[in-house]
Amino acid sequence: MKLYERKNNVLPGFGPTMGYTILYLSLIVLIPLSSLVFKTAGLSWHDFLEAVAAPRVLASYKITFGAALAAAAINAVFGVLVAWVLVRYPFPGKRLVDALVDLPFALPTAVAGITLATVYSANGWVGRYLEPHGIKVAFTPLGIIVAMTFIGLPFVVRTVQPVIEELDSEIEEAAACLGANRWQTFRRVLFPLLTPSVLTGFALAFARAVGEYGSIIFIAGNMPMVSEITPLIIITKLEQYDYQGATAVATVMLVASFIMLLIINLLQRCSRRYAE
Amino acid sequence: MSAPTKTHTARSTGNSRITEPAPVRWLLTATALIFLGLFLVLPLAAVFSQAFEKGLEVYLAALREPDTLASVKLTLITAAVAVPLNLVFGVMAAWAIAKFTFPGKNLLITLIDLPFSVSPVISDLIYVLMFGRQGWLGPFLEAHDIKIVFAVPGIILATIFVTFPFIARELIPLMEAQGRDEEEAALVLGANGLQTFFRVTLPNIKWGIIYGVILCNARAMGEFGAVSVVSGHIRGETNTMPLLVEILYNEYQFVSSFAIASLLAMLALITLVAKTILERHLDEGQPLRDD
Repeated sequence: MKLYERKNNVLPGFGPTMGYTILYLSLIVLIPLSSLVFKTAGLSWHDFLEAVAAPRVLASYKITFGAALAAAAINAVFGVLVAWVLVRYPFPGKRLVDALVDLPFALPTAVAGITLATVYSANGWVGRYLEPHGIKVAFTPLGIIVAMTFIGLPFVVRTVQPVIEELDSEIEEAAACLGANRWQTFRRVLFPLLTPSVLTGFALAFARAVGEYGSIIFIAGNMPMVSEITPLIIITKLEQYDYQGATAVATVMLVASFIMLLIINLLQRCSRRYAE
Repeated sequence: MSAPTKTHTARSTGNSRITEPAPVRWLLTATALIFLGLFLVLPLAAVFSQAFEKGLEVYLAALREPDTLASVKLTLITAAVAVPLNLVFGVMAAWAIAKFTFPGKNLLITLIDLPFSVSPVISDLIYVLMFGRQGWLGPFLEAHDIKIVFAVPGIILATIFVTFPFIARELIPLMEAQGRDEEEAALVLGANGLQTFFRVTLPNIKWGIIYGVILCNARAMGEFGAVSVVSGHIRGETNTMPLLVEILYNEYQFVSSFAIASLLAMLALITLVAKTILERHLDEGQPLRDD
């Protein structure tokens, strides 16, 4: 380490801070996470398959990933809209609304869960208007989508908002001068510029929704095969001391989140290159 | 600081070709606000409405329950241990990463971010696997009568895991942007390493630190999934506030459940206000981002 430290840098403290960083990272993150890998490696292929491909678990993947996809799509559409309105249009209370967008980051998930379940249940503030039309939200897969939309909401807004702020109005003026109307300008000029950041926000919202537990279990109803999410299956197996089963399913989730992390990194690199 | 300041071209609002017609603007604004109202404002308002449904007396009585007080105490203890530990780590990691060049830097940053990309449920699982009775250290811990799983240390460890990256990832870009010039000047003028850090670096990053601490604290106090199993749900002993919210809710004690939820919601609101104010401070320090 001496090699890198002294060559062109007179600042002290690289050794101790780096050492502490690696020690703490190993103790808190790397060693515990590796216990998951070793536990999985200890499973026989047969046991592993039996745990991760049981019909109830397969159904939970479908529900979790399907609902996360739907929620991320809703957030992509409304997130762009909210970001656009926040950057471009003046309206009273704008600062307040802007700050409120981060609420899902700050509100504990259990609180979000019970209050969403209450608002969207049959006699709740929103649910009572949906129920007569035959739309049941709470305790159905639709409820899962609502909870996932809630927790994913800030991601698209916060990735698209700075990009809209940076947009050079000259591009829009040029499009207008060349005879484009406003909709054409948006569709042909602005939308392509926003696409990488929308996709990044979509992927972030999707990744968060797939791993989410606290805000969903209250509103989902948790019926096996119908509205049971994969994180709940892991928790249930853990509570029943089925550590092997929990580990196997968690490994599938972990691999899925690494793949998404990779995709998100690629998207961010793309959008950065796009911006330059 | 050599960060480039952006020149903003003034946007003419009158020209209909580079903005939308007024009715379209109103329609879009209204749609956005209705969406946010349905998904953010109503649920937030419902927390308080439910908490006060049976009146102030019942609300206050719910908060004075021994179980509630125990959960508040445990939540405060958890945050009081987890946040300072992650703060020390965050500052150390940011110093090593932002002020020095070394191979594998990007890998290290990715590893630090790892807890954000895995489900909180997984952090619950790995600590049970490590310290549980059948776990790696289980037999050793049992022999020495140390309880980690289904006890307070397990809750604290899982909380440290999920809040691990907050402060580091806030400080690394901030300190990278500030460069090394000021510290080098201090050293040349005869300051030692610690003097340089406390007199030069720390004042420069104080808003970033407070920002990171506030976000870290909000998550530490509100974490639910990561501590759900590892806590063991022992009444009055290992229930944090979010866990007690769940238990009371499942027992149909809605007023008590929402009363505790309202405290957490207030914490969230305070966090948002502090965050908004700090972002303004940070923007002043960093000409790169503008408001």
